[in-house]
Amino acid sequence: MTASIATNQTILVVGGGISGMTAALEAAECGKQVILVEKTPVLGGRTARLYRYFPKMCHPTCGLEINLRRIKQNRNIRLMTMTEVTAVSGSRGNYSVTLKVAPRFVNENCTACGKCAEAVTAEVSNPWNYGLDKMKAAYLPHNMAYPQRYVIDPSIVGTPEGEKAKAACPVGAVDLDMKEETVTLSVGAVIYATGWRPYDAAKIQPYGYGRFANVITSLEFERLADPQGPTGGKILRPGDGKEAKNIAFIQCAGSRDENHLRHCSRICCMASLKQTQYVREAFGDQGKSTIYYIDIRAIDRFEDFYQMVQKDATVSFVKSKVAKIVENAENGNPVLHGVDTEGYHRYATEHDLVVLAVGMEPEITGVKLPDDVILDSSNFIEGSKDGGMFGAGAASSPLDVNRSVQSATAASLHAIQVIRKTASTEAV
Amino acid sequence: MTTANTNAIERYRNNFLKEVEANVEEGHMVKMCMQCGVCAGSCPLGPHWTHSPQKIFMMIRAGKRDEVLGSDSMFMCTSCYNCMVRCPRQLPITHIMHGLANYAHRLGLAPKGQPTRDFATLFWNNAIKKGRVNELMLTLRHYFRGGLVSGIKEALGMQSVGLGLFMAKRLNPMEIFGGHGVKDLKGFHAIVAKAKEIEDRKKGFTA
Repeated sequence: MTASIATNQTILVVGGGISGMTAALEAAECGKQVILVEKTPVLGGRTARLYRYFPKMCHPTCGLEINLRRIKQNRNIRLMTMTEVTAVSGSRGNYSVTLKVAPRFVNENCTACGKCAEAVTAEVSNPWNYGLDKMKAAYLPHNMAYPQRYVIDPSIVGTPEGEKAKAACPVGAVDLDMKEETVTLSVGAVIYATGWRPYDAAKIQPYGYGRFANVITSLEFERLADPQGPTGGKILRPGDGKEAKNIAFIQCAGSRDENHLRHCSRICCMASLKQTQYVREAFGDQGKSTIYYIDIRAIDRFEDFYQMVQKDATVSFVKSKVAKIVENAENGNPVLHGVDTEGYHRYATEHDLVVLAVGMEPEITGVKLPDDVILDSSNFIEGSKDGGMFGAGAASSPLDVNRSVQSATAASLHAIQVIRKTASTEAV
Repeated sequence: MTTANTNAIERYRNNFLKEVEANVEEGHMVKMCMQCGVCAGSCPLGPHWTHSPQKIFMMIRAGKRDEVLGSDSMFMCTSCYNCMVRCPRQLPITHIMHGLANYAHRLGLAPKGQPTRDFATLFWNNAIKKGRVNELMLTLRHYFRGGLVSGIKEALGMQSVGLGLFMAKRLNPMEIFGGHGVKDLKGFHAIVAKAKEIEDRKKGFTA
């Protein structure tokens, strides 16, 4: 009667962002076997690409370091990077999972000396900075990358560039013959911590993202403010590299809109309030931030942060959803057009830079999941019919880092219950 | 209840929103507006009219019956549908504006001499007479709406266009004698009468 129903005791965690790392760690530190699968070459997800967190304005590197240390020390976690789940079959307690492992072209001998990157001249778009700059085609994704191992971009494999990287490696870590592998595993429970992606701002046609150089997304703005980012932490606008001191933040760029994302993405108000403080940090009283909003939703206990920003003389608020943006052809400044709700005044206001507070779209949007997985109307994961698969963090709902960690811990506990469930408890 | 209390409640009863919901096309969607302002900012004619859709919807909810039904704004709508496709709540804004215009017109509260309203009336009366628009009479009546002198002036100004239409056989001068109609005129009039009966019932105009 005490034997588990689940025929397999392993928990699969899909996604190595803050939620996936947390879910994996919580289960592993309870003594469960965990396989942590991550699509990109590194852990950390979108959280690691933020400059600062709200509300304490601390750097994500701090939390990342703690979590990476926990992962390194834990024998129960098996980490697989550059790996995607392609199929899940079976039922609660006994799933068969097919994984596709993309070749990294660098094996575990790598010491991260960086000689391959020095040798290679080819460049590719840098996803770490949301494509704002380029990087060498042999690269370490970022300074704190874990695993601390270089990656060879597939575009140079089979070219003289690839051979250069191989020749430059002093420890023979570059292996250009690596092939894509397919692995099948058995697991008892699955946690989807697949996270989110920024809504494609180009779809919001009147805002001109992609047409106007000085209209960027909030995620790109995080990279501009980050010392590790493309501008070394200087807020320089992409159009002409000038300092952007007068910045407009447009809320609900994609969110709360039946034509785009029908849900409120929850984090964007706080993100913009936080980013006004980047402007203050960079330019002091010379900076100017304007937030265009429908209504500010400083979720949960963050109302005091909103009040703090309201007191900041460099920040002003305009209650209006901007109708359209046009570009001033002379100086490249975006001009915002709309009507404000407090008095119905028509405005046409020029700014140096526009930051679109883009909404959160589940990363699994458009991905075929097992039929058993239940999604809500915005494609967030609610769970599975058989009760053996769970959503965690931003895959389950638009959540900030704090709430993602809570959600991941909860999902982890659910997964543990699945593999611990015995015939006697099942009967209840 | 005391009069003071009753009066205080009356302020919040908002009969006008209920009236709009009951009698105006798509009026039940007015309450869905979240006052974001995208419609007002997206309207190509926005700067030229007194009340944007956003403002009209708020005025309805504030119970400003006379101001809303007396506004010329609904008549300024060109049906470009910019507001409607961009509305984050998918309110059928264009339809509501037309619905309000029609309701105000039927109540006789719409502004007098509003050109769009006048022309629409002219067009409707012309079209239902024979089931086909008598373009010659429509144009003439339109030109001479302000009297003989201004009518002749306006007609002369357009004479080259008229001549061109005539040469291309798009304008028949014989239409001045009543013009052509649909085959079953009686049937057509029956359809219009029935439609009016249904509309009256729906919009609360049945006496």
